[in-house]
Amino acid sequence: MRTRDLSYWLFLAPVLLALALVVVVPMLLGLFYSFTAWNGIQTGEFVGFQNYLNLFTDERFLDSLWFTTKFSVVSVILINFIGLSLALIVTSKIKTSSLLRTTFFMPNLIGGLILGFIWQFIFLKVFASVGEAVGMESLQAWLSTTETGFWGLVILMSWQMAGYIMVIYIAYLEGLPKELIEAAEIDGASTVQRFRYIIFPLVAPAFTVSMFLTLSNTFKLYDQNLSLTAGGPYNSTEMVAMEIFKTAFVQNAFAYAQAKAIIFFLIVAIIALVQVYINKRREVEM
Amino acid sequence: MRNRWNIKVEVLGVALAILWLLPFYLMFVNSFKSKKEIFLDTTSPPEAWSFDNYIVAFQELDFLRTLFNSLLITVVSVVLIVLFSAMAAYALSRAKSKISTFLFFLFVSAMLIPFQSVMIPLVTVFGQFDMLNRGGLIFMYIGFGASLSIFLYHGALNNVPKSLDEAAKIDGANRWQVFWHIIFPILKPITVTVAILNIIWIWNDYLLPSLVINTTGSETIPLKMFFFFGEYTKQWHLALAGLTLAIIPVIIFYFFAQRSIIKGVSDGAVK
Repeated sequence: MRTRDLSYWLFLAPVLLALALVVVVPMLLGLFYSFTAWNGIQTGEFVGFQNYLNLFTDERFLDSLWFTTKFSVVSVILINFIGLSLALIVTSKIKTSSLLRTTFFMPNLIGGLILGFIWQFIFLKVFASVGEAVGMESLQAWLSTTETGFWGLVILMSWQMAGYIMVIYIAYLEGLPKELIEAAEIDGASTVQRFRYIIFPLVAPAFTVSMFLTLSNTFKLYDQNLSLTAGGPYNSTEMVAMEIFKTAFVQNAFAYAQAKAIIFFLIVAIIALVQVYINKRREVEM
Repeated sequence: MRNRWNIKVEVLGVALAILWLLPFYLMFVNSFKSKKEIFLDTTSPPEAWSFDNYIVAFQELDFLRTLFNSLLITVVSVVLIVLFSAMAAYALSRAKSKISTFLFFLFVSAMLIPFQSVMIPLVTVFGQFDMLNRGGLIFMYIGFGASLSIFLYHGALNNVPKSLDEAAKIDGANRWQVFWHIIFPILKPITVTVAILNIIWIWNDYLLPSLVINTTGSETIPLKMFFFFGEYTKQWHLALAGLTLAIIPVIIFYFFAQRSIIKGVSDGAVK
């Protein structure tokens, strides 16, 4: 097949058309609109960088960016710690291994919206009634403060994503050469030593993959945010994706929301490109 | 020594698994209780296993229709994504040229774009052309799903020798026949992965349908669930029955395809 053949273009036509109309055109239009006073119907006048300059004094946007960053950092650490622990548990010589994998992975198949509603019940009702029964004041009124909203989201995401990350670590752990570990065992290396000096360095690429997957997933979070806290109380648990949505469809500030969306794209793209860079560098080293 | 360590690990694992299932247990047992019973006790099984909440939730969710909508949109979108992406990846992998390299790069870079960055122009443009309906939604899923799917197919196709194409061509088959009769069947393992990743994503997607579908009666499960939950937010007994109903199809799917699902998710993330 050659690129000047008709068949080449016929094979590509459906996806090219869809990608062009769904991603490329909206992206370019969006970039253009972010420099105008677009209101969704009329393009309006050209305003240069005004929308972008306004972002720097928009406290609600900056707060959401800061909240999202904090949430992502804490979640990435917890999810990877829990995910790796679960992977180590289910790859050891235990009978219930496959049953445990199935269980830990299950939350990932269910939509974030539904999971958020389930946890809303747990934090609001179950926590309150258990707190009352055992006399723990700290279990009362969850999700009604910024702090409990933050930890509520962290708990929800850790519970959901740890099983996903576990699956990635398992793929690397099961790819480890068995002879190497057995040789170390014969030489008298303890469990901790085997993990520290053999397993850990060989599983290092899994860290890069997992860290960036969790980072980009938590940074772009929307559904769980909507169903668990809906941004409350007083928009203090609102993350960037939700803030952009509200600017566009609640306040109807389309051009301004689009400028936020472009900044959001740049941040997400930089995260992804750093990952590509790190992976490439490691491949060279190996 | 070895055995004792393994038993400890197993006990820890089982304890964690119970903890992991606890949210589902709480959802399940409370979905059978009355409003008053939930108020009194949220942790024990219900006094009586009454299906009253389920009858209300089933009707309010218009469950069979909503389930059908979700199935229709997911199945049609995933079938089209699989067929079109496999075709495109085949063309890109067999015609090595600057154009192919550029197009492949275009598809891969599209993966970097978060949905929110194109959401606003997308909805306004499709709105102007009267495409905010189920057909438009499926078309959008093809646009958003193609990138990762082409990427996975492209990787798999590089391991399919070109001599296979040549042999079939000598036997008189044209490109179309070569692809569908020889190449596509060989790609079955990656097709399963591509299908599963797209099923999970599209089935659970809330934001895109919420922007595109605005006629009563064509809502998908997450969309209907959102409205339902908003209406019954103070009535947890009904909300929980609705949530349980919404989860059942996923559990059934997981029960029958768990091996392929876990493998697919793992392949999709690692590659």
